Amino acid sequence: MSAGVELDNVTMEFGSFRAVDNVSVNIQPGEFFSFLGPSGCGKTTILRMISGFIQPTKGLVKIGGKDMQGARPNQRPTALIFQNLALFPLMPVWENIAFGLEVRGVDKAKRRARAEELLRLVDLPDAADKRVSQLSGGQKQRVAIARALAVEPSVMLLDEPLSALDLKLRQHMRAELRAIQKRTQVTFIYITHDQGEALAMSDRVGVMSHGKLQQVAVPQDIYNNPANGFVASFVGENNILSGDITGEEGGLVSFATPSGTFSARLGPGVSKGAKARLFLRPEHARLSTEAGKENSVPVEVTDVAFEGNFISVHSVDAKGQTYISEARNDGSAVIPGRGDKRHIVFEGQHAVLLTGDISAKDVDE
Amino acid sequence: MRKSNFLFHLYMVLFLIYMILPLVVMGGAAFNDSRFPSIYPWVGWTDRWFIELWKDTRMWVAFRNTILVALAVVAISIPIGTAAAILINSIAGSTRTVLYSLMVAPILTPGAVIGISTLLFWNTLNVPAGLHLSVLGQVSFIAAFVMLLVLARLQSFDRGLEEAALDLGASHAQVLRRILLPHLYPAIGAGAAIGFFQSIENFNVTLFTRGTYDTLTVYVFSKVRTGITPTINALALILIAVTLFCAIAYEVRRRAVARRG
Amino acid sequence: MSDLLNRYGGLLTAIFILLTAFWLLMLVILPNIYLFENSFRPYLPVNEMGGPKDVYSLNNYLTFFKSPIHMNVFVWTIIYSSLVTLICFIIAYPLAYYMSKIAPDRIIPTLFLLLFVPLWVSEVLRSFAWFIILALKGPLNSTLLGLGIIEAPVRWIMGFRGVVIGLVYTYVLFMLFPIYNAIQSLDTNQIEAAEDLGSPWWRTHLRVILPHSKPGIASGAVMVFMLSAGSILVPTLLASTTSRWFTEIIQQWMFESQDWNTGSAYAFLLLILCTVFVSVVMRVFRVKLSDIAK
Repeated sequence: MSAGVELDNVTMEFGSFRAVDNVSVNIQPGEFFSFLGPSGCGKTTILRMISGFIQPTKGLVKIGGKDMQGARPNQRPTALIFQNLALFPLMPVWENIAFGLEVRGVDKAKRRARAEELLRLVDLPDAADKRVSQLSGGQKQRVAIARALAVEPSVMLLDEPLSALDLKLRQHMRAELRAIQKRTQVTFIYITHDQGEALAMSDRVGVMSHGKLQQVAVPQDIYNNPANGFVASFVGENNILSGDITGEEGGLVSFATPSGTFSARLGPGVSKGAKARLFLRPEHARLSTEAGKENSVPVEVTDVAFEGNFISVHSVDAKGQTYISEARNDGSAVIPGRGDKRHIVFEGQHAVLLTGDISAKDVDE
Repeated sequence: MRKSNFLFHLYMVLFLIYMILPLVVMGGAAFNDSRFPSIYPWVGWTDRWFIELWKDTRMWVAFRNTILVALAVVAISIPIGTAAAILINSIAGSTRTVLYSLMVAPILTPGAVIGISTLLFWNTLNVPAGLHLSVLGQVSFIAAFVMLLVLARLQSFDRGLEEAALDLGASHAQVLRRILLPHLYPAIGAGAAIGFFQSIENFNVTLFTRGTYDTLTVYVFSKVRTGITPTINALALILIAVTLFCAIAYEVRRRAVARRG
Repeated sequence: MSDLLNRYGGLLTAIFILLTAFWLLMLVILPNIYLFENSFRPYLPVNEMGGPKDVYSLNNYLTFFKSPIHMNVFVWTIIYSSLVTLICFIIAYPLAYYMSKIAPDRIIPTLFLLLFVPLWVSEVLRSFAWFIILALKGPLNSTLLGLGIIEAPVRWIMGFRGVVIGLVYTYVLFMLFPIYNAIQSLDTNQIEAAEDLGSPWWRTHLRVILPHSKPGIASGAVMVFMLSAGSILVPTLLASTTSRWFTEIIQQWMFESQDWNTGSAYAFLLLILCTVFVSVVMRVFRVKLSDIAK
C-alpha cells in the first residue's frame, strides 16, 4: 500500500532563481519524513514536485520505484494536505471527504459509508452533514486528513498543516498525526519550519537551506551531531564563538578565540585550517561559581529567566561575547542574580566545530 | 447636522418622486378612456386599451421575438463571458491589459456603432440582417457584463481548491464542474439576469441589425412615432409590473438568504 | 498561458480560448475593422461593387466636413451630452453621498429596490413617459396652470430642452450607482477625522470625499456621455424641429439613403468621439480603464 519516494538529483529553477538545488534523498515506505527549513528554503517546491504540480528542471522523482515524469497530480498516488487545508466550502463535510471517491465514480452509498468510517478514524463521528464553516480549526484539520486518506494514497504530503492552529492544539495534533500515520502505515512527507514538530514526529528529518539539503538524519542526530553550522544553528539554541583551530590533542582540537582557547571536537568534514565556528548547546554550558581547569570563561550575569522546569541565564565575558546557559531546575539550585560573577564551564566533547553559514532564525523569529 | 440631514432626506424623497412619478403617469394613462395617452383630462375609467393590446398580433410577435432573442443572448453570453473571465484571470502583464481593454470596449461603445458594425461585417459574410444579428450584436457587449461579474467573483476564489481537487484525482473537467463553477454560480446567475434584462430593453443595437423583424422596444418605438394610442401605456404598465415583481422577488430572496446567514 | 494549461488542462483551455476568440474577433474586432474599412469606400449599386469605381477615398468623411449642418449637429451633440453629464453629476453626487454615509442602513435595500425599477424599465418607455408629461396639453402644463404658476401652457419640447430633460431622467442612475460604490468604499473614519480636525463640510468634500470618489465619477461620466451621445430614442421622441442629434443623421444615411458607407463613416466619428471622451476622462481623473469599467 505505502510507497517510498526517491528524489534523484532534483533541481528546480524559476527563471534564474534556483529554488531546489540538486537534492537527492530516499524516503522509505511507511516512513514519517520531515523537510525542515526556514521559509524560502525550497521545501514547499519539493512537495509540489512530488505531488506533480510542477515538473523538476533536472533530475527524477520516483514514487514506489516508478518514474513520475509527466504524470499530473491526478495521476499520482499522492495526497496533499494544503497549508490552508483547501476544504471545499460549498460541500458538506462528508462530500469533502468522499470527493476523491466521487471523481473515481464510486457510487453514493459507498462514498457515504467510507466518509463516515474515516470520520470515526479521525475522531469526528457526528460531523458528516456539517458545513465546513461550522467546524473549528482542529476539526477542519481532521477533515482534511480524512479527505486525503479517502483516496488511499501511498504517500501523504503535508504542507505545514498545523501552522494555523494555536500552540496547545498544535501539540495535540502532533501526537494525533503521528498516531494516524502509525495506524495507516502510509508514507508521510511533512513540511515545516518548526523544529519542534519535525523532531517530535519524524522518523527522519531533512534540513534544508537555500534549496540544498543540508543533512538527513534521525532527529537525535540532527540535534546532537549537526552536519554543519546551518543545521546546528537552525535546530535548537547555541553559543557560537569564532576563532581558529590551533592544535590537536587526543581526538579533540584546540580552538583559539578572543575569549580564550578551548578544546572542542571536529564536526563532519572540518579539518585544521578550515574557517569554523564553535557551537555549544546551552544545556552543556554549566554556570559555576569556580573556574574550571579548562574550557572555562569568567562572565557576568546579565539576565536570568526562570522557565519552571529549567533556568536560563544570559551572561557576557570581558570581550563582549555573550553566552546562554540552561540548568534543570531540581528544586535546590541557587538562582544567580543580575551582575553576579560566574564562570561558564563546558566539556570539550560537547563543543563542536562546524563550517557553513549560520541560520538567521534568531534574528527574525 | 440635524438640519442638513433633514434636507438630505427631503432631497432623496424628491428624487424618488422624480424617478417614479413619470412611470405612474404613464401607467395611469393606460386606464384613461381617451384616444391620446394622457391622465388629464380624465375622460373615464376603461380597460379597453388592455383588450386592444391583447388582440394586437404584431405585439405578440414582437413579444415572442424579444424573449427568443433574450434567451439566445443569455445562452451565448454566459459561456463566453465566463470563459473570458477565467482566461483573463490566469494571465498577467501587458497581454492582460490589452485583452481586458478589448473586452470592456463594447460596454463603452455606443449601441448604434455596435449595430452598424455588426450589420456590415456579417453582410460581407453573406449573413443578412435579422434577429440572429441582433443576438450577435447584443452578445458583444452583454458578454462583457458577464465577464466583469464573473471576474469579480473569481477574485475571491482560492485556487488552492482547484489544486486540492486535482490532487485527489479529479480530472480538469471535474474540477471545473464541481469546484470552480459552483463558486461562480452567484455571479453567473446575476449575469444571466442582467443580460436578459439588457437584451429585452435593448434598442440601439437591435434597430440596425433586426432587418424586418420587430422586438418589443422597436414595436413601442414605431407605435409612438406613428399612431400613438394608450395601448402603449397598457404595455408599459404590464412591463413595469413585471419589473417590479422581479425586483421584489429578488429582494425577498436576498433577505431570506441574509437571514439564513 | 502555461498557468492556464496547468489549471484546466488542454481541452478546457482550448475551449476557453476559442470562446473568447470568437467573441473578440467575430463580434468586436472584425466588425469594427469592417466599419472602418467601409467608411472609406464609395456607396455603389451592387453590380458595381468591386468594380473600377470601388476605390478607397476620404469622400465619406469629406461629406461630413463639407456639410455645415452635419458639423453643427455633431458639435451640439457634444455640447448637450456634456451638459447632460454635468447635470447628472450635480444631481447624483449628493444622493450618492446621502445613500452611502447618511441614510440609515435599514432603508438602503428598499431605496435600491425603488431605484432599480426605473433603471430596469426600458429606455423607450422612460422617454415615452416624458413625451406624455411634456405634451402641450399634458399633465405638467395642466398642473402648473391649475396651481396658477403659469398663465399659458409652456411649449416644453423646444430647442434641446426636451432632449436634455429626457436624457437626464434616463441616464442619471448610471451616474448615481458608480459614485455610490466609490463613496461607499471610503472609510467613514476619514470623514470624521477631517471634521475633527476642524474642516468645514465643503472642504471635507473637496479634499477627502470627492478625490476618493474619482473612479466612480469617471465611470459615471463616461457612461452618461456615451449613452447620451449615442442615444436614438430620446432625441427622436423628445426633439423639437430645431434640435437634431447626431445619431439621427446616422439613421438617415443607414435607412433613408441606404448609404451604409457614409453611415459607417459617421458611426466611426461617433466612436472616435466616445473614445476621445474616455481617454480625456482617464487622463483628467488619472484613473485606469479597469476603474471605469467595473
